Amino acid sequence: MAHVADADFKTRLQSWLPKLVLSPSLALVLVFVYGFIIFSVYLSFTDSRLLPSYGWVGWENYSKLWRLSHWEVSLKNMGIFAALYISICTVLGLSLAIFLDQKIRAEGVIRTIYLYPMALSFIVTGTAWKWFLDPGIGLENVLQTSGWTTFEFDWIKNRDFAIYTVVLAAVWQTSGFVMAMFLAGLRGIDNEILKAAQMDGASNWNLYRRIIIPQLRPAFLSAFVILSHLAIKTFDLVIALTGGGPGRATELPATFMYSYTFSRNQMGIGAASATIMLMTIAAIMIPYLYAELREKK
Amino acid sequence: MSVATQDTAIRTGRVARTLIYLVLLLFALFYLLPLYVMVVNSVKPLNEITGGGMMNLPQVFTLEPWAKAWSSAQIGVEPTGLQPYFWNSIKMVVPAVAISTVLGALNGYVLTKWRFRGDTILFGLMLFACFIPFQIVLIPMARMLGLMGMAGTTQGLVLVHVVYGIGFTTLYFRNYYAVFPTELIRAAQIDGAGFFQIFWRILLPSSGPIAVVSIIWQFTNIWNDFLFGASFAGANSQPMTVALNNLVQASHGVKEYNVHFAGAILAALPTLLVYIVAGRYFVRGLMAGSVKG
Repeated sequence: MAHVADADFKTRLQSWLPKLVLSPSLALVLVFVYGFIIFSVYLSFTDSRLLPSYGWVGWENYSKLWRLSHWEVSLKNMGIFAALYISICTVLGLSLAIFLDQKIRAEGVIRTIYLYPMALSFIVTGTAWKWFLDPGIGLENVLQTSGWTTFEFDWIKNRDFAIYTVVLAAVWQTSGFVMAMFLAGLRGIDNEILKAAQMDGASNWNLYRRIIIPQLRPAFLSAFVILSHLAIKTFDLVIALTGGGPGRATELPATFMYSYTFSRNQMGIGAASATIMLMTIAAIMIPYLYAELREKK
Repeated sequence: MSVATQDTAIRTGRVARTLIYLVLLLFALFYLLPLYVMVVNSVKPLNEITGGGMMNLPQVFTLEPWAKAWSSAQIGVEPTGLQPYFWNSIKMVVPAVAISTVLGALNGYVLTKWRFRGDTILFGLMLFACFIPFQIVLIPMARMLGLMGMAGTTQGLVLVHVVYGIGFTTLYFRNYYAVFPTELIRAAQIDGAGFFQIFWRILLPSSGPIAVVSIIWQFTNIWNDFLFGASFAGANSQPMTVALNNLVQASHGVKEYNVHFAGAILAALPTLLVYIVAGRYFVRGLMAGSVKG
């Protein structure tokens, strides 16, 4: 009798074990991700300043936020940065992938060189580009001392152009990764269709335009989703490269949130800006993840 | 990934090929440029850099900047060099990578071989957590670490990195185990093997390739993290990236660019080495992931 109960307990345990094993991770995610999101969103409706405080103020933080020129500048910069970063990375990644797909000698070496920036920290990338672009010691100084005295390249110190140096460094860091995604897509294309089209006399240009590139749709989508969420999260690179300056010329929502929350003691406004960042990413990620997970069923 | 070796059927002429090689070479130089700048300038005296020689090979070769960056440069208030911060990073990265990978493997196993109602939704919740802008959790996380007595500690950072890394490790193992034949598992079950026995004897021995991907991914992400380190680390737990930023941004004294470059390489070396040694598996894993979608 005891033996039967024991066996029964064992099978019951076996059927619960998988859920038991999953539960610590799930608990961590529920508390530290979703619980925290709720807490932050709640804070964005309170009068929190240096520390969290629970006086309800409704939409006040949001209306204050949208009146701040600092926030407006951050959003404008994000618009320029995201548009250029996403489009340049995509075009460059696709072009390099197509070139690299032409039975290139030493493909492995070239691929390694294109991809290594992905392994570096944005702080390292930022440091390298910061001094290379610095007019005092970098490119401008190098060319001027070597005789081209009228050469000027001070974008990183120029309010109107500094944001483009952030684009340059960010593209340098991620375009190789995008190239790898497109290359994987290209390698998955069925050669028989291409051969048939070649027999019909299609030019390479038409093969790419009409057959190959349309088949890369999933790679385009993944690249867009990954790049846009990276763009919205860009923080370290700006800190290392320009510190948000000159003035506010390279401030982005992520740096705005950080300075309002931790150095200007405007936690309510900081939380409001973080909420807007989250909503933007959710609008891109949720439909994507939903479609991905449904397909796999 | 057998498709990765498949050659394209596209044929190109001689002129086009020359142009293609030229473009590929040009971009190789573009990607190598910052590395070149960092390396050559980390082994020359400061006056060669300020004198307009940033792009030249060193005239006088010196390892002084490396020594200084490692053991005597002023970081914050102490002239300790980057050395203690390097060890802080190691102490944070090793346990965080190990724990998140083990949890990811177990989660992936449950989510593919012990499926239950609603498991896809749970996985979706874990996956979305990877992509949130971390600004949304900074404030409550700071409070939580304080409540748990882990504010400013390495353990606190380990916890943070485990929590926000689980989604990715689970994703990797789930995709990998999804194509593992379920018949083998059913057969083992009939023979009386339990939950952990099946995992230990059947799945784990063939998990090498995906474990490598998960470890490299987590190692790179956690080593390179700046936001969490800057927000939650204390004086004795600051990671390498935060220390490097403090070194480079220091506003007092002469700017020692050569020391900055040496420091940047020191901060990049571990992930760069991992990439060079095990990069092939990493790329293969990334490609497998993106092809499957």
